[in-house]
Amino acid sequence: MDVLIYLIPISIFLGGVGLAGFLYTLRTRQYDDPDGDAQRILTGEWDDRPKPD
Amino acid sequence: MTHAPISACPACNAAPMAQNLADTDHMAGHILLNVPTVHCAVCISSIEKTLNAFDGVKEARVNLTLRRATIDTTRPMDVQVFIQALDQIGYPAYELDASLLGQSAMEQTARPLLTRLAVSGFAMMNVMLLSIAVWSGAEGITRDMFHWISALIAVPATLYAAYPFFANAWGALRGRVLNMDVPISLAILLALGTSIYETSLSGEHAYFDAAISLTFFLLAGRYLDHRTRSIARSAAQELSALEVTKAVIRKDGQDITVPVSQVQVGDTIILRPGARMPLDGVVIHGQSEIDRSILTGETRPEFVTIGSELRAGEVNLTGPLELRATAVGQDTSLAKISQLVAIAESGRSKYTSIADKAAQLYAPGVHILSALSFVGWYLYSQDLRMSLNIAAAVLIITCPCALGLAVPAVTTAVSGRLFQKGLLIKSATAIERLAQVDTVVFDKTGTLTDGDLTLIDLPPATAEQMQISHALARSSAHPLAQALAAGLAAQGVAEIQLDQIQEHPGYGVSALYRGQQVRMGRAEWVGATPRDHTATWVQIGDDILEFGFADQTRGGAVDLITDLQQAGIDVQILSGDGLAPVSRVAAALGVAAYYANQTPETKAAHIAQLQAQGRHVLMIGDGLNDTAALTSAHVSISPATALDAARVASDIVFLGQRLDSLIGIIALSQTAQRRIRENFQLASLYNVLAVPVAIAGFATPLIAALAMSLSSITVTLNALRMK
Repeated sequence: MDVLIYLIPISIFLGGVGLAGFLYTLRTRQYDDPDGDAQRILTGEWDDRPKPD
Repeated sequence: MTHAPISACPACNAAPMAQNLADTDHMAGHILLNVPTVHCAVCISSIEKTLNAFDGVKEARVNLTLRRATIDTTRPMDVQVFIQALDQIGYPAYELDASLLGQSAMEQTARPLLTRLAVSGFAMMNVMLLSIAVWSGAEGITRDMFHWISALIAVPATLYAAYPFFANAWGALRGRVLNMDVPISLAILLALGTSIYETSLSGEHAYFDAAISLTFFLLAGRYLDHRTRSIARSAAQELSALEVTKAVIRKDGQDITVPVSQVQVGDTIILRPGARMPLDGVVIHGQSEIDRSILTGETRPEFVTIGSELRAGEVNLTGPLELRATAVGQDTSLAKISQLVAIAESGRSKYTSIADKAAQLYAPGVHILSALSFVGWYLYSQDLRMSLNIAAAVLIITCPCALGLAVPAVTTAVSGRLFQKGLLIKSATAIERLAQVDTVVFDKTGTLTDGDLTLIDLPPATAEQMQISHALARSSAHPLAQALAAGLAAQGVAEIQLDQIQEHPGYGVSALYRGQQVRMGRAEWVGATPRDHTATWVQIGDDILEFGFADQTRGGAVDLITDLQQAGIDVQILSGDGLAPVSRVAAALGVAAYYANQTPETKAAHIAQLQAQGRHVLMIGDGLNDTAALTSAHVSISPATALDAARVASDIVFLGQRLDSLIGIIALSQTAQRRIRENFQLASLYNVLAVPVAIAGFATPLIAALAMSLSSITVTLNALRMK
């Protein structure tokens, strides 16, 4: 059962990564316009390079 | 339950709002446009391209979910430029009052709630992983270690995530009342406390997973509830924000447009034909006719001249008017009507929602049950630790996970369906109250009818006279003239050449036909006798022709009323209009009970009288004269075209021109009501099954977790059957 020493921190770390990822998407307003984002992916406007800020 | 905090008195809020607007005007611009027709990827990119092409625009972005365009500019820019540009590419746009919407309340409270939900969700997953190891038979120091790690995750996560419940419970206890949050907080804290105590004694049972998943499920219910209401609220706010209230005042010979809040008593206001009065005033120059249907329900235009008093909300029809402002802000008649609403509101019996009723029964019951099992076990075994454990288990198992979801899950499903039909539910208990309705009272003007007039009475006349009437009608912008022109054109009447056409604001139009004077306008002016119903008169030589009009019923009105009557609901009409037009509309719609010439006070009194008979009245109205009645009714609906004051006073707002969207809502709300009842029964059933186990001392964390998850899932699935 020594493997638990690694596995438990790893599982907590992975959970933490998921939580941090979710909080990041929330902070960067990625849930503000779900319909719009679904449509925007269809336009070819910024396909070759990212839109400058 | 709390009402949506949209201004209870719009006039009181108008001043600070307009003040904000004035302040932001000077800064670099932040413009919000409502673009209702945007729907696709191409729309988004063409709108953004058009807006970004302007010099001075920093960034323009379309939000498809809200159907809004946000424009950030480097310098103050005129909104009209953008609106025209969008109009040219085929997207009608409307300015939104940015200060009114601001960073919407939705964002401010939804985000922390979502963060808490996420934290409790992720903590729950990890703790569950560890708990499964314990349930499958971990023993000794392995179990203790797992418990300690669970505690390390669950305690801080729960304390953070369940903070809203603690705060609410504390508030309730300080006010010496019990709400649903009191047993919730107690269960969570007791579960954490006994679990830590047990773990420190290397005991077998720890409820860390129960504490955190309880928090998670309850937060989910709270979030659903919040989201449903804030969607409706922000849509309702958007309606208010569409009405940017400005006035044109004449200062030192120049006409300037200013926010209404900056107008002072004594200022000279210019009111163009077609414009709505921003405040109260007295005419000092000019003559015209005004439409006061939104205030009184009367469809007949009224003549005004120097000395006439105009009230906020009235619409100028023909001639430009100069007025002196007599009342601003709190003193306008609009604000006075709000006071009437406030009186009606205080008289409204406080409605307790099903959820509150359940909480009132439930909260003391749970505490007594838990305390009794503690005392019983302690007397029986003299074992404090075991008795405390059992009391905690009882509290956790009875804890209203499913009860917390029972109402929000159903209201979310129903509101979603109603939102698709164009209905905004503003009040949390509106659906419950709607289910009880047995009487529906309609306002006529603007609710059952859409304000457009149609020609119904043609006088006996020669073809030549008809052609003259058509030509006269065509030359004026007055709504009656327009309706006459449209009516005659539909009959195939040709126009004829007239000379020296002249508009006499407030009276009518005159012209020369082969050297003979012809006139069209008010009865007094052409020498006819005025009538009860809406009409216009044409004078050709000695002949006077009378054209009668009636207001058109809204699309779907007949269907809606037939549907209501078939459901056994009593339908009545209360109108401020004269008897003739009201009885005509009532006959067309098949309504037997109608009352004409009603004032705001008699409308409210009529509703109060019906309620006193034990009836549950649904009031549907749009005018200022309806606001008191809307407030005193059991539940109320207004169209989106209604004045802000009427929309604020009502529980539900419907968008669009047609009334069919209202068909079936009472039946739908009754279904929702049934689902909520079923949900409570399901949740109680789980309690009835699990509580004896807990009291008998056989409850394990596994049973608690199963009971909790299963009941929450069944309740949610039952609610989803609404879709």
